[in-house]
Amino acid sequence: MKHLLGIENLNKDQIMNILETAVSFAEINQRQIKKVPTLKGKTIINFFAEPSTRTRTSFEVAEKRLSADTYNIAVSGSAIQKGETLADTALNLQAMGPDAMVIRHSVSGTPQLLTEIMDCSIINAGDGFHEHPTQALLDAYTIWQRKGGFEGLKVALLGDIYHSRVARSNIYLLNKMGAHVSISGPGTMLPKEVEKMGVTVEKLPKYAVQDADIVMMLRVQNERASNLLYPDVREYSRYFMLTPELLKLAKKDALVMHPGPANRGVEIDDVVMDGEQSVILEQVSNGVNVRMAVLYLLLGGADK
Amino acid sequence: MKLVIKNGTVVNPLVGKTEKTSIVIENGKVTEITAKPDTKDAEVFNAEGMFVAPGFIDIHVHFRDPGFEYKEDIFSGLEAAAAGGFTSVCTMPNTKPAADNVETIRYMYERAAKGNGVKLYPIAAATKGLKGESLAPIGELAEGGAIAISDDGRPIQNTDLLKRVMEYASTFDMMYVSHSEDLYLSETAQMNEGYYSTVYGMTGNPVVGEASQIARDCMMAEYLKLPIHIAHVSAALSVDIIKFFKERGAKITAETAPHYITLTDEALGGFDTNTKINPPLRSEADRLAVIKALKDGIIDAIATDHAPHHQREKEVEFNNAPSGIVGLETALPLVLKLYHDKELPIERIVELFTAGYKIMGIDGGKIEVGAPADITVFDPDYQWTVDKNMFKSKSRNTPFHGFHVKGAVSATIVDGKIVYSRDF
Repeated sequence: MKHLLGIENLNKDQIMNILETAVSFAEINQRQIKKVPTLKGKTIINFFAEPSTRTRTSFEVAEKRLSADTYNIAVSGSAIQKGETLADTALNLQAMGPDAMVIRHSVSGTPQLLTEIMDCSIINAGDGFHEHPTQALLDAYTIWQRKGGFEGLKVALLGDIYHSRVARSNIYLLNKMGAHVSISGPGTMLPKEVEKMGVTVEKLPKYAVQDADIVMMLRVQNERASNLLYPDVREYSRYFMLTPELLKLAKKDALVMHPGPANRGVEIDDVVMDGEQSVILEQVSNGVNVRMAVLYLLLGGADK
Repeated sequence: MKLVIKNGTVVNPLVGKTEKTSIVIENGKVTEITAKPDTKDAEVFNAEGMFVAPGFIDIHVHFRDPGFEYKEDIFSGLEAAAAGGFTSVCTMPNTKPAADNVETIRYMYERAAKGNGVKLYPIAAATKGLKGESLAPIGELAEGGAIAISDDGRPIQNTDLLKRVMEYASTFDMMYVSHSEDLYLSETAQMNEGYYSTVYGMTGNPVVGEASQIARDCMMAEYLKLPIHIAHVSAALSVDIIKFFKERGAKITAETAPHYITLTDEALGGFDTNTKINPPLRSEADRLAVIKALKDGIIDAIATDHAPHHQREKEVEFNNAPSGIVGLETALPLVLKLYHDKELPIERIVELFTAGYKIMGIDGGKIEVGAPADITVFDPDYQWTVDKNMFKSKSRNTPFHGFHVKGAVSATIVDGKIVYSRDF
């Protein structure tokens, strides 16, 4: 495997291999000195053409703990602001001889475009509404650690499915691993024919949450309210927020997950977010383990 | 100068004949159609095993000249047309300046006169600056030689203005060509809305936007008792609406493009910006419905919507890429697939490539003694691989690069002059 563009093209064995590899990095991340020389001498560029705190930091922490040399580029500081095309920027970066580039971009398919221009490994850190593979992998890792497996689990995925790359990557992954996904969100946030992706579509969250093992919330993108997606926050939270009452419909030991950043009081109630069932911060910790595993497998593990 | 196209199968649907014969051309006109031509002192084109058809007419191309000559200019456009077997083309008005003034129309004719001989008929803008706000000087544009009017690419959203455009244009017998699209529904869209837009994570342009505007425009044509031509039909629902109004007796003609009968929205999976087209590639059900409409006569013509864009404009993030693909040089083999698959007889294929004569009122459509010798000769069985780097067009934006196809243009003849011939 040279690139990680999405979950769609991974098989079950590849996914399990990543998760199992992440276990050894989890162990490293428990140590006093959290650094190994695995990727010493490797150069990784983090190219974030869209705002990101969590994912970018998580990648950078993972890279540094593997001893790679890392460089961060944000669009505001790049030549793209000066009118250079992405293709030219990519060619110029390629000329500096990186081993991998981690890319976040608002346009679906951009990581794929870069694989056609550059020779290095491309790791998709989220493209448009398309895929966010490392998020799905860290979610899977969290579920696996907590539940011991995936087979037969019911996962409720709630909120803005339409604009969510996290939703798509998770749907692919959970289906491949034998879990069942029920989705719910307002009609404006459900993409057409999404049921053909192998999910059950429920009108209201209460049906999706019923007896769920996992309740996975998606962020409402407030900046999109102007796109006529929902009337206002008050109405959205009334029907689609994860409240303690709604969570009671799920299994007693159900986990609450959120890829962040969360809007408290919009899609998730404070009590739930900070409650016992929430594994939201655990997801963030696991993100580093999983990203170390991905980087190791793409850059260091192949020939060992 | 005498030219004999010898022993080809002449497909002449308007005359009702498909027969193996030869065509004698002198002084740019067909002088004889005979099985036993006198080839003395004549240049002979051996068309054995080939079809000989009335010159193809493409009623929907973008030549980008004036204004965007780095994408295509009139000379390269006409070369691409000849290589695709087209003897006449109608150019859309979205140039810079737009073809909303008679000087631009004259400029196009002057440039084309210095070209390879392929005939160019400009379609003028319906509204000033293609802005959809006020009437273009349609009378003067007609006088200057514009063949029809259209706001192709930037459809008129204001229905009252559409009515006035059609009413005013009728005075000068200028037909409105409708690019049917609801801009509210397509504003941020990158592809057809459906399963694949969901999977690829892109904003979708629903079929409803095209079909509802076709319905509106057909209603207007029927109400005003005026002809209208519907450009690039891509969807099953659109076909049904056109059928409905045709059956009511409205004066409607329609075209589709080779890509809508060849590809579907699944093709966007590689995020190749050469699959970004407007209207977008639709579903498999739509593709099949469009083929059926060609069979049933609901769609009258094949037009390429040849839309050249420079590689640097297409080699960008998908959402930043302009819509459109070049089509002139791949149209014939893509449509001939329907002949090889026994979906359409060769006569219907030829009709579809020549229907521009009746839709736009252009000379042509048949091979007859005394008529200008605009003729397309093609080998239906020749197999080749599309190589975008061999295009005569200045642009390379095709999703068909590397496609193995069957059927090739052998020669394109305009006014008795061979403007293109293929070295097999």
